[in-house]
Amino acid sequence: MAVDRLSLEIPDRAITVLVGPSGCGKTTTLRMINRMVEPSEGSILLDGRDIRQQPVNTLRRSMGYVIQNAGLFQHRTILDNIATVPRLLGWGKQKARARAAELMERVGLDTALAKRYPYQLSGGQQQRVGVARALAADPPVLLMDEPFSAVDPVVRKGLQDELLRIQDELGKTIVFVTHDIDEAIKLGTKVAVLRTGGRLAQFAPPAELLSAPADSFVEDFLGADRGIRRLSFFPSAGLELQTAPIVAIDADAARLASRAPAAPFLLVTDLDGRPLGWSEPDRLTAGAIDPGRLLDFGRPFVPGTDSLRTALDGAVLSPTGWAVAVDGEGRAVGVVSQQVIGEAIRAAHSGVAEREDAEAGR
Amino acid sequence: MNVLDFAHAFFNDSAHWHGYDGIPTRFTEHLTYSLEALLIAAAIGLPVGLLTGHTGRGGNALALIATAGRALPSFGLLVLMVIWIGLGMLPVMIPLVVLAVPPILVTSYEAIRSVDPSPVDAARGMGMPEARVLFQVEVPVALPLILSGLRTAAIQIVSTATIAAYVGLGGLGRYIIDGLYQKNYEKVVGGATLVAGLALATLAVFWAASRLTVSPGVRRGG
Repeated sequence: MAVDRLSLEIPDRAITVLVGPSGCGKTTTLRMINRMVEPSEGSILLDGRDIRQQPVNTLRRSMGYVIQNAGLFQHRTILDNIATVPRLLGWGKQKARARAAELMERVGLDTALAKRYPYQLSGGQQQRVGVARALAADPPVLLMDEPFSAVDPVVRKGLQDELLRIQDELGKTIVFVTHDIDEAIKLGTKVAVLRTGGRLAQFAPPAELLSAPADSFVEDFLGADRGIRRLSFFPSAGLELQTAPIVAIDADAARLASRAPAAPFLLVTDLDGRPLGWSEPDRLTAGAIDPGRLLDFGRPFVPGTDSLRTALDGAVLSPTGWAVAVDGEGRAVGVVSQQVIGEAIRAAHSGVAEREDAEAGR
Repeated sequence: MNVLDFAHAFFNDSAHWHGYDGIPTRFTEHLTYSLEALLIAAAIGLPVGLLTGHTGRGGNALALIATAGRALPSFGLLVLMVIWIGLGMLPVMIPLVVLAVPPILVTSYEAIRSVDPSPVDAARGMGMPEARVLFQVEVPVALPLILSGLRTAAIQIVSTATIAAYVGLGGLGRYIIDGLYQKNYEKVVGGATLVAGLALATLAVFWAASRLTVSPGVRRGG
């Protein structure tokens, strides 16, 4: 049996990800929603109504459908591919094409590609067309079946970011199938982990999945570093940044001497305040700092925008064990040690625990 | 005299360009037989091939019928039909249609079967009715192969339609058969040249049809 007594309540205007190993019935579950597969028993309700109450093609036209290899019609231009569902709904050719052109921009495609054929596009562009085609008639529901599995990791990340951006603007009810747990955690508002036979192992927001996997199956499926990955959900805004160990490259001897006790290392910046690298204080000579001899500062993070995971990653990458915080323009706004980040992580964990206790006691 | 001299003599004889045994008349007759046979064969082969290809059912039965059709010798079938039905158009049409249906049937079936399943799945998932899935998604992509089946059938018909002359009908076969009977080799060569020319012209017509009807998005794949 592909899917056995699965019961799920999919939230409106959010991304629900179905994830699991191959053969777990996630695709079958998705295809039951638009009746590409008919369940042998049980029912699926959409806004409280059984989906079998309306004609099957009416139902399907009210749901966007995106599949793995985009499934574009190779004999039609990009514009006409996107205009498919509006045309099925009886829109005029001009109106449907105008709408399609609008959608191309929405998914980040150059409208110069409108008259091209699918074979002239890259895999990533084809998948964008697939998403645009699914959105063309502005359906409230979007079904996505491993849409980004066939593209390389860099393109996939771009497509995922684009989907999140589009979702911010449009607020669709999205059901997204993937076998990639990282993709599930990145995209999902809620994630349903399925085990073989379509049995639900856990249905929870990604942060909860990482902090409290329901059983060993979910834990194994999440992989080894779920503790680190969970840090993605904690903001770095609360980190206590130090500005004392930061010196500009033109700093004079008195300034260097006054900053030396602040930390075991000083961060040297250029005249605009952009980080150049770390150095031990006694290796710096006023007026003669050689940027080539500084230690690499790793990857900086942007407080508030980036998560604690990025901050910790920056500290781990830095040879000094200190992470560099920068503003949107890349200017150093402070530095923070691994110890301070570690304390922030512990505080964040206990904060979550307190919130959960409060909710449990409510 | 060699073949070129025969052909030269045949086409330069003005008597061959007029009257009921003139080239225009025989050519038109030949073309008419061929077109009729092709239309009937397509009317049988295309719907069955497209439908079985679309549903994916009946492939084995199809292969059996096609093999049987190809195994039947056209000339033998013609003689059999004349004995059975008598003289006329019908006993000529039957072997021509039997000859042409298998390539049309088998290639159109294979053409639809070999269409990439993912656009078909996408089309159904977007709520496209089955008939539209076949005619707007599968057929446009399968068109080059479908046309190649029709082309094979058409060329076989054009070459084989000469047999109509054996049962007293017209067409370009008239020259070949009469020429052989009269030991008039100019006529034989002239008739054979015309049939070969018509076969090549058929090829050209199909090439043009494919340029006109196959989408540029499909054509590049071959």
